[in-house]
Amino acid sequence: MPGISGRMSTIVKAKISKLLDRAEDPSETLEYSYQKQIELLQNVKKGIADVVTSKKRLQLQEEQLKGQVVKLDTQARQALAAGQEDLARTALERKNVAQTELQSLDTQIAQLEQQQEQLTASEQKLRAKIEQFRSRKEVIKAQYSAAEAQVRISEAATGVGEEMADVGLAMQRALDKTENMKARAEAVQELEAAGTFEDLTQLGSGEDDIDRQLKQLSSSNEVDAELEKMKAELGSGSPPAAGELEAGASQPSASEGQAS
Amino acid sequence: MIVRIATEGQYELQGDDEQALNELDNEAVLACQGTDEQRFRATYDRMLDFVRTHGRLVADDELATSDLILPPPDTTLEEARAEFTGEGLIPG
Repeated sequence: MPGISGRMSTIVKAKISKLLDRAEDPSETLEYSYQKQIELLQNVKKGIADVVTSKKRLQLQEEQLKGQVVKLDTQARQALAAGQEDLARTALERKNVAQTELQSLDTQIAQLEQQQEQLTASEQKLRAKIEQFRSRKEVIKAQYSAAEAQVRISEAATGVGEEMADVGLAMQRALDKTENMKARAEAVQELEAAGTFEDLTQLGSGEDDIDRQLKQLSSSNEVDAELEKMKAELGSGSPPAAGELEAGASQPSASEGQAS
Repeated sequence: MIVRIATEGQYELQGDDEQALNELDNEAVLACQGTDEQRFRATYDRMLDFVRTHGRLVADDELATSDLILPPPDTTLEEARAEFTGEGLIPG
């Protein structure tokens, strides 16, 4: 069967025989294989720890962003209640960007969760195989002649070797994905560092670079719609639906609601 | 015959199933030569499902060598193509 699987099988077998060729006599092969297996098991543990760390980092970022979303929403309402529509719009644009980031963080956290589970399952499987190999190793060393041992070692070592190659592959793929996410998380952190989600009270009057970028990033339709909705909520005639509003809502002013 | 789905596990297939798998494999190879990601996805998923449903899952403490190894389930068309030309899915 020369198809997809055939090619893959060849690669794995080549890797295993390369691994086994490093040792010459049978018992050396056994010990060398076992040592390699234990090393890999340690690496898998490290890989899982890396995934967990990345996940925690993203979760922390998610918490922070959620806080910013709430804050920017409140500020938009307050700005609008005070008749500062431009400021309210800026706050909503920032909120919009933060929400988009939140969505992508959600997806990434779910992916990492899945990878963590997969790697943990792989680790358990590899551990069971290594244990099997260890007991077989002792039997081979004790009972077989050199020629026979050679055959049996090769069988056992290839079985574990394949599992090792497979776990190695799973780890490589998980780490590649984690790397991509790290790059993305760092980009979000840069946005934060540049003040994108900053408190609006620290905002200067003029439109800066960030504001221009924000306008491109955020969907202006969504921002417009949200602004209109907020105006309606704050305006006269509408019921005081904005219960979550803090300072700004407690002093509603009909005339300000219709500003510009 | 023992078939491994890379990053997932090993399954033992019986004689009749081997032929059917071979046909699915040929389809996957054809899909690899095209540029239709969805077609590749569908074909490859069928092949994986076939192995999962027809095969017996090899126990964790069995030291068996696979006769065949299928690329990981999340393999993209691009990776599957590289599989035939470049270094393959396993780096190094």
